[in-house]
Amino acid sequence: MSIVLLLAPFSIALGLMALGAFWWTLKANQYDDPVGDAERILIDDPEDRPTGT
Amino acid sequence: MAVTALAVDSPATIAPRGHLDLLVPGARCAACMGKIERSLLALPDVTSARLNLTNRKLSVDFRRATFNSDLVVTTLARLGYPSTIYDPAAAVAAHDAEGRQLILAMAVAAFGSMNAMMFSVPLWAGLFGQELGPATASLMMWFSGAVGAPCAIFAGIPFFRSAWRSLKAGRANMDVPISVGVLLTLAISVSETVLGGRDAYFDAAVTLLFLLLIGRWLDHQLRARARSAAGDLLALQAIVATRLDASHRFVETSIGEIAPGDVLLVRPGDRIPVDCRVEDGVSNIDNSLLTGETLPVTVGPGQICRAGALSLTGVLRVTAVARAEDSALAAIARLVEAGAQSRSKYVRMADKAAAIYVPVVHTAAALTFAGGWALGLEPREALIRAVAVLIITCPCALGLAVPAVQITASARLFRRGILVKSGAALERLAEIDHVIFDKTGVLTAGRPRLVDPIAAAVAMAAPLARASRHPLALALAAEAGDGPVADAVTETHGQGLEGRINGRRARLGRATYLDLKAHAGSETELWFGFDGDTRIRFSFSDRLRPDARATVDALRARGLSVEILSGDVPAAVAAVAEATGIARWRAGVSPQDKVTAIEKETRAGRKVLMVGDGLNDTAALAKAHAAIAPGTALDASQNAADLVFTGDSLSAVIAAIDMARSARLRAQENFGFAALYNAVAAPTAMLGLINPFLAALAMSGSSLVVTLNALRTGARR
Repeated sequence: MSIVLLLAPFSIALGLMALGAFWWTLKANQYDDPVGDAERILIDDPEDRPTGT
Repeated sequence: MAVTALAVDSPATIAPRGHLDLLVPGARCAACMGKIERSLLALPDVTSARLNLTNRKLSVDFRRATFNSDLVVTTLARLGYPSTIYDPAAAVAAHDAEGRQLILAMAVAAFGSMNAMMFSVPLWAGLFGQELGPATASLMMWFSGAVGAPCAIFAGIPFFRSAWRSLKAGRANMDVPISVGVLLTLAISVSETVLGGRDAYFDAAVTLLFLLLIGRWLDHQLRARARSAAGDLLALQAIVATRLDASHRFVETSIGEIAPGDVLLVRPGDRIPVDCRVEDGVSNIDNSLLTGETLPVTVGPGQICRAGALSLTGVLRVTAVARAEDSALAAIARLVEAGAQSRSKYVRMADKAAAIYVPVVHTAAALTFAGGWALGLEPREALIRAVAVLIITCPCALGLAVPAVQITASARLFRRGILVKSGAALERLAEIDHVIFDKTGVLTAGRPRLVDPIAAAVAMAAPLARASRHPLALALAAEAGDGPVADAVTETHGQGLEGRINGRRARLGRATYLDLKAHAGSETELWFGFDGDTRIRFSFSDRLRPDARATVDALRARGLSVEILSGDVPAAVAAVAEATGIARWRAGVSPQDKVTAIEKETRAGRKVLMVGDGLNDTAALAKAHAAIAPGTALDASQNAADLVFTGDSLSAVIAAIDMARSARLRAQENFGFAALYNAVAAPTAMLGLINPFLAALAMSGSSLVVTLNALRTGARR
C-alpha cells in the first residue's frame, strides 16, 4: 500500500507538467492566430517560422 | 536552423524602432499571407511583418523612427489589399487579458478535477461497500484536498472577483451563490479531512468550477468576437486626415488634432473628416449615409461639406470650420451614446434567473441547518447537510443554460454571414414586435440604377460613361458591361463629360451641359448626344433589394408590424412603400425625429427593431430595443447595431429573428430543466441522502443535458 505514497505524487507531478506545458503555450501566444498558423504550414518558405512574439 | 533563429531573435540585430498595426480585411488565405509578408519584408528598413489571419491584423516593425508608413499602405494597395492603420490605443486595448485569465483558470480546474477525481474514485468505491480502511480513506481525502483545494481557489478567482464587485454594488448576481457554495464546500471538506470525517467534496467543488468556466469562457468568446469587431470599427473611425503643415507639406494627422482653419486634402474615396468649407476643387459628395439622400451632390469652392460624407470623384482642398468633436458627426455620436446607455439597463435572462434563484437556495440551505439542528441532528451533521444543499443546487446548469445556447445560435448565424455582437442582443431580438426600416441602403440597394434601359442607346453612350467615376455614369457603364472607352475625354465637374467616340464628338451630362434649355434638368437623369445629333435621356432610380417584399411579408407572418422612416424625399419613399406593401411610412425624417419615433413606440409598450445603415440612423439604432445593420453600413452604424449582416439578402433579418426566438425557447427549456433538477436535488440533500459520488454525477449530468439541449438551437427540423 505504501507504493501509493510514491505513485500518487508521481501522477500529480505528471499532471503538473502537462499544466505547465499548457501554460507555456498560452504565454507563447500560440493561440493568437489559429487560422493563420494552420495556413502558414503551406507556405514554402524555409525561413518562415512562428516567431512567438 | 538554430543559428537562423538566434539571429532573428537577437535584440541587437532587430531592435525595432517603430511599430505599426494595420487592418487588412482582404487577406484570407496562405497565399495572401505569404505575398504580403514577403513584399513588406523586401521594403527597406522593415524588420518584421506578420499577418494574423484570425483577426486580419498586420503588425510591422521597422528600424527607423522616421519610417514612412505610407509606403506600407501603398505597397499593400499595389498588391490589391486595401488597409487601414490602427489607432495604437485601440490596438493595445484589443489585447485580451481577461480571456487568458479564463483559459488559465479553466486549465487549472481541468487539471484539478481530473487529479482530485483520481483520489475520489477509491473513496466512492468505499461508499459502495468495497473494502477501504479508515487510514487509506483519510489518506485519499488528504491527497484529494492537497490537489483540489488550491486548484479550486485559483480557478474560482474570476467568480470571487465578480461576486465581490456585485456585492459592493449592493446586488447579488449568479456568482455570489457560486462563490459562497465553493468556499463553504472547501471549508467543510477541509474540516472533515482534518477531523477524519466521512465525506469530502474537493472534486465536486473543482469540477463545478470547471463546468462553470466553460460556460463563462463561451460567453467571453462571444463578447470578445463582437468587441474585436467593434474595436476594429472604432480603430477605423479614428482615421487620419491629410493636413497641410507649417512647411507646406501634406502630412497625415489624427482627426482629433484638427483645428478650425486647418487646410486639409480630401482624395476621392475619402470620408470628409470634419465639417469644412471647400477652397479648391469640385467633387460629387455622397451624403447617403448622413441624410439618406440617394443621389450625390456636387460641391465646389465656397460650399460647406459635412463630416462623414464620402467624396466620390474629385480631389478637394478644404478648410476645417469645426473641430472633430463639434462636427455634425459628433452630435450624432452623442445621440448614439445616450441610446446605448439606455439599452445597457436591460436585465439579462440569466440575471433574472439569479434574482429568483439566490434567495430561494440560500433560504433552503439556512433552513436545512436550522431545521436539522432543531430536529435533533448534531450541529456538524446539520452543517454538512446545509452545505450539501448548496453544492448540489450550485447553478452549474444555470451557468451553462444561456451561454451554451447563445454561442450555438451565434455560431450558426455567423455561418450565414450574420455577426451577433452579444448574447444580450439575441435576447432582446427575440422580444421585438415592431420593425422600423430605413429606406436607402436597407430596403433598396443604395446605388442608382438605370430605369428602362434601351440596349442600343446604352451601347452608344457607354464609351463615355466608362471614362467617369460619377455614380450615374458608373450605373450606365455597369448596364453596358465591358467595352471600348472614348478618346480625348474631358470632365467638367458637376456638368458632364465630353469625348470622342469613333471620331465623333459626344457629350454626356446634365441637360444644361448639352444645351437643352427647355429641360429643367434633374439630379436623377443623364443626357447623351453626338455633336449636332438628337439627345437621348437616361433616367436612374435606386433599386429595391430583390427580396425586400418577401422579407416584409415574412415579418408580418411572424406577427410583427412594419414601418419605414426615411430621410429621403416623399416620392421616393412612397414608391418603395408601395413596392414592399408597407402602409406606414414617413419621409424627410431627421435623425432626432427617428429617435423620437422610437421613444414614442417604446412608451406605447412596444419593442422596436431598427434596421438601418446610415449615419442618420445610428442614434435610432442605439435607441431601439434591438438593431440590425447591413455590412455595407457606415462603421458608426455597425457599431451601434446589435447584429450586422453581410451579403445582399435582406432575409438575414428573418433568419436572425428566427434564431433569436429559437435561442430563447431553448434557454427557457434549460431553465425549466434546471428548476426541475433543483426541485428534486435540494430535498434529497436536505434529507442527508447525498454523498460525494451522487453530487459529482448529478452535477455533470445536469450540465450535459443542458449543453446537449443547447446544441438543438436553430437546428433544422
